[in-house]
Amino acid sequence: MNASLSDSDAKDIEKLKQHAYRIRRNALLMGEVQGQGYVGQALGVADVLAVAYFQALKFKADDPEWEGRDRFLLSIGHYAIALYAALIEAGIISESEIENYGSDDSILPMSGMAAYTPGMEITGGSLGHGLGIGVGMALGLKRKNSTSLVYNLLSDGELNEGSTWEAAASAGHWQLNNLIAIVDVNDQQADDKSSTVLNYEPIADKWAAFGWETWRVNGNDLGALAQAFSAAIGSSSDKPRVIICDTLMGRGVPLLETRDKTHFIRVDENEWSLALEQLDEVYGIK
Amino acid sequence: MAAKKKLKTSAMIASIAAEGQPTTSAPFGHALVEAARDNNKIVGMTADLGKYTDLHIFAQEFPERFYQMGMAEQLLMSAGAGMAREGFIPFLTTYSVFASRRAYDFICMAIAEERLNVKIVCALPGLTTGYGPSHQATEDIAIFRGMPNLTIIDPCDAIDIQQSVAAMVEFDGPVYMRLLRGKVPNVLDRFDGYRFEIGKAKRLIDGGDALIISSGLMTMRAVEAADELLEQGIKVTVVHCPTIKPLDEQTLLDEVRRHTGKPVFVAENHSVIGGLGESVAALLMRNKLNANLEQIGLPDEFLDAGALPTLHDRYGISTKEVVKRVEDSVRG
Repeated sequence: MNASLSDSDAKDIEKLKQHAYRIRRNALLMGEVQGQGYVGQALGVADVLAVAYFQALKFKADDPEWEGRDRFLLSIGHYAIALYAALIEAGIISESEIENYGSDDSILPMSGMAAYTPGMEITGGSLGHGLGIGVGMALGLKRKNSTSLVYNLLSDGELNEGSTWEAAASAGHWQLNNLIAIVDVNDQQADDKSSTVLNYEPIADKWAAFGWETWRVNGNDLGALAQAFSAAIGSSSDKPRVIICDTLMGRGVPLLETRDKTHFIRVDENEWSLALEQLDEVYGIK
Repeated sequence: MAAKKKLKTSAMIASIAAEGQPTTSAPFGHALVEAARDNNKIVGMTADLGKYTDLHIFAQEFPERFYQMGMAEQLLMSAGAGMAREGFIPFLTTYSVFASRRAYDFICMAIAEERLNVKIVCALPGLTTGYGPSHQATEDIAIFRGMPNLTIIDPCDAIDIQQSVAAMVEFDGPVYMRLLRGKVPNVLDRFDGYRFEIGKAKRLIDGGDALIISSGLMTMRAVEAADELLEQGIKVTVVHCPTIKPLDEQTLLDEVRRHTGKPVFVAENHSVIGGLGESVAALLMRNKLNANLEQIGLPDEFLDAGALPTLHDRYGISTKEVVKRVEDSVRG
């Protein structure tokens, strides 16, 4: 934890830690239902989502379409399990839906779609769409003189897509200071490590060159994330903002943290309960 | 001897109007301005082709409601989706080739899958430029027809375009419209009571010796052909079908049944693959209806560059070619 944090900050971080724990737990429970799922990504990005939903975002749990809400766009459809876990923790989705994850007619399909799930703003999955939609929503919100913000969680792999950079250039051009991109850099995409598939560095410089204000943090450090989100929201600049988060896939479950990294981390049938036990251990929960 | 006058390529400024034909200038741009006066949800967005899709008329009138998105069609479609999500009615413009070939996935997943209220209005459909395949959207309907939720409109003339803008504003859902721009012929005003309606085909001329079902500028050709054929004593029915999807199945089936035993043509400014012709053929198949169906359309080829009149003759979509096809068929 950051030594410069005050006591009240420390309490806030402790709360965020509890949220991050339950987001991870929800994701593991969903993964267990299907015996598969993108739990590696979910565990990796859980701290980012904890800060997003429990520090940054304005929302009403009982009214997910509330006009005054901040919009959170998940480009990466396969991260749906992570966002569901956060939406459950936020009270937007009932915990009872966990057991339906990925099943026929479930409101929680394996890849995120707007029409299925409360709180899911867009249909992701065809990668490279989210930031462009975010540009349009940010322009629309400005037209309405709304103070709501648009967040877009995208992945390092999505930086391969030309459309992401079309949108990045546009956001800079239009000075969309109501748009906050969050890039989950877990250095893993479908075929290989992201840095091997198509090197994304120097990542912050690229965004800066497109007219964005940038932060790069350890995406599994709640204190650092909390500060970055506060700074991004509080900035008085005319630029769109990007928080680049380096994360560790499988974070919080040692057996998955150390497993060979792939896009789809294997979890054997007997390992789900072990993973949940390890998570409890890491968080000191008995 | 005077030198033979060269036909100019006339590519980007090409008008499909014949010499002396009454036209309306930029009917889309002006109609959008009219609609936008009454509806402040309407915004215009373009991918660096505002001047070439008549959207500049709107931009001049409502600079604060116009968004120049740059030469980035994928962004245009996704940002349009975002704008619609915030309750606006975005009219997005580019060329048909770029919307259909480059931005398909974005229209499909960001717009159509969620049935967002986005209007995609695209110039240079089919063979309306002499620039060659990079600009000739000969297969745009084939590309878009398979996309669920998307309404496809292929207006005939200035009157159709003006009325379709109003209809699109009323209609809640995604629409792709093939735009005729610049000086656009006035054709349909001679048919009393004609009204463009999304999803409706309309009989313009009742003949009986043959039936032409047509869309887009080919309705203009069909009407011209019917006039010429009448002089030869051949009475042709012309049914204008400006909505390609959803197809007005009942009207088309009724008309085909009324012309049992007669030649039935489907005429379109599009490849013979995947357009209105095949839509009608599939409709007849599903209804176990036999007809002497013939297609008038562009060949399944990358087309030549050149002057439009030459190309329309070469590829069989000029009035002269339509007359010849119908005549041959009727006279057997």
